[in-house]
Amino acid sequence: MATQRTWLLWRVSVFLAALAPLVFWGWQVANNAAGPEPGRYLLLNIGIGALWLLLFTLSLTPLTKLTRWKGFALIRRQLGLWTLAYATLHMLSYALFILGLNWALLGSELVKRPYIVVGMIALIGLAALGATSNRWAMKRLGKRWKPLHKFSYAILGLVLLHFFWVVRADMQEWAMYAAIAALIMATRLPPVARALPKLRYRFSRA
Amino acid sequence: MLIKIAKPSDLHESDVTPESIYLSRRRFMGGMAGLGAGLALSGHAQANADYSDVPDGNAPAWLKEKISKTQWEAVTPSNPEKDKIAPFEDASGYNNFYEFGSGKTDPARHAGSLETQPWSVVVDGEVNNGGRFALEDFAKPAQFEERIYRLRCVEAWSMVIPWLGIPLAEVIKRADPTSKAKYVRFETLVDPEQMPGQRSSFALIDWPYVEGLRLDEAMNPLTLLAMGMYGRELPNQNGAPLRLVVPWKYGFKSIKSIVRISLVEEQPVNSWQQIAPDEYGFYANVNPEVDHPRWSQATERRLPNSLFSPNTIDTLMFNGYADEVADMYAGLDLRANY
Repeated sequence: MATQRTWLLWRVSVFLAALAPLVFWGWQVANNAAGPEPGRYLLLNIGIGALWLLLFTLSLTPLTKLTRWKGFALIRRQLGLWTLAYATLHMLSYALFILGLNWALLGSELVKRPYIVVGMIALIGLAALGATSNRWAMKRLGKRWKPLHKFSYAILGLVLLHFFWVVRADMQEWAMYAAIAALIMATRLPPVARALPKLRYRFSRA
Repeated sequence: MLIKIAKPSDLHESDVTPESIYLSRRRFMGGMAGLGAGLALSGHAQANADYSDVPDGNAPAWLKEKISKTQWEAVTPSNPEKDKIAPFEDASGYNNFYEFGSGKTDPARHAGSLETQPWSVVVDGEVNNGGRFALEDFAKPAQFEERIYRLRCVEAWSMVIPWLGIPLAEVIKRADPTSKAKYVRFETLVDPEQMPGQRSSFALIDWPYVEGLRLDEAMNPLTLLAMGMYGRELPNQNGAPLRLVVPWKYGFKSIKSIVRISLVEEQPVNSWQQIAPDEYGFYANVNPEVDHPRWSQATERRLPNSLFSPNTIDTLMFNGYADEVADMYAGLDLRANY
């Protein structure tokens, strides 16, 4: 039986693993190894990182059903908050490094470019989920908490749309993420969701 | 506060020689050199020294020979302080060349294996003097010129790059177009074995990559067929061994690794226009007043930049080459013909 201390170690490891890419990208920029446009380097990497984190977060529930391992549920809030942190840094990179804090330009870009609007809506959605992820909010919201947090599915859709709109010439990378997203969402279809625990029994008997 | 009072001896912006006059002067000098006045070239031998930190390529002997006889600095920016040449590692490490992948660093990673020797170019269509030419013979009749141009990408970034090449006009004159020739169509190599991007089943481009120019645009003295940059041959990721450079148009017009040049009667459909006609047109002239549907074209990020200074500068009409090219578009609605 795992002790408290083991679980703490697990959560700290996940924390460090989620932090590591940011440290790495920052290191690359500091060492002039990020190419001629370091701002865009950070923007794109952090954006893709946010998508990875969202996909990880949403795969925890089916993984729990499949394995019944308590560890997955323990990091769900943390990974959700990491997703929010990356998404916020992604937006800040855009405002700081691409727009150069030209707020007038930001205003006009927001209105004119649908992919930026979609990205902003997704970020606001993530912020709302982050704000209601603490115990107090969970208690206050009671039964409404779960349906509220199912908005994360819609956010995943918005993020993929945001990504889709910036692709210029090759859909391969986007298609890969869309396929993973589709797989994760498929595990939430009632027949699949019911089958997951049965799959576990089959594994454990084999 | 520092108040700057101009001394009478200070240079004003109005004192800068307009690039057109500068160009014509250079052309005059080039002509003199052609008459055998080696003097005009004598001062340029050391211009090469600027590229001492640029890694040597693997150019064949004939190309090395051509490069050594380049007319250096045939065209230079009117404001070299503002238009500083990008470091070679940036110009050769940050590219769009979808045949080698869609990321900016993919071309540098994957293009190394492209076999560029031997290479041949087909000149066909409405010409009296067409055929298939070995690159060496294709390049032979003309002297290389070094031209330092601004390159403005449609994605709103730009770099200043010193190209080596020959005016496209000379190639077209040699081909002797018929009266039917109205446009020039260019094609990039198709070779999925060497070009991983062409193996992708998710690619939106219908290979080969195609570009086109109106005949007068192709004949404009600024239009260059480049075979080198930074005093050496082109790295593969920059479009070796032969690419187009049209400095007043967005970068995607400057097609890479050309295998075919056709003089045609009908306006060609270029690849980007084929993919997204509402975003990319045939002309693709740099124009700060006509936005891309997904981003503004009013400004550009001059690269390399750094984190907290994106180096955003105003984009100029025709990328600052209006004096040389604006006449060609008199009466054309540039908003409709983007």
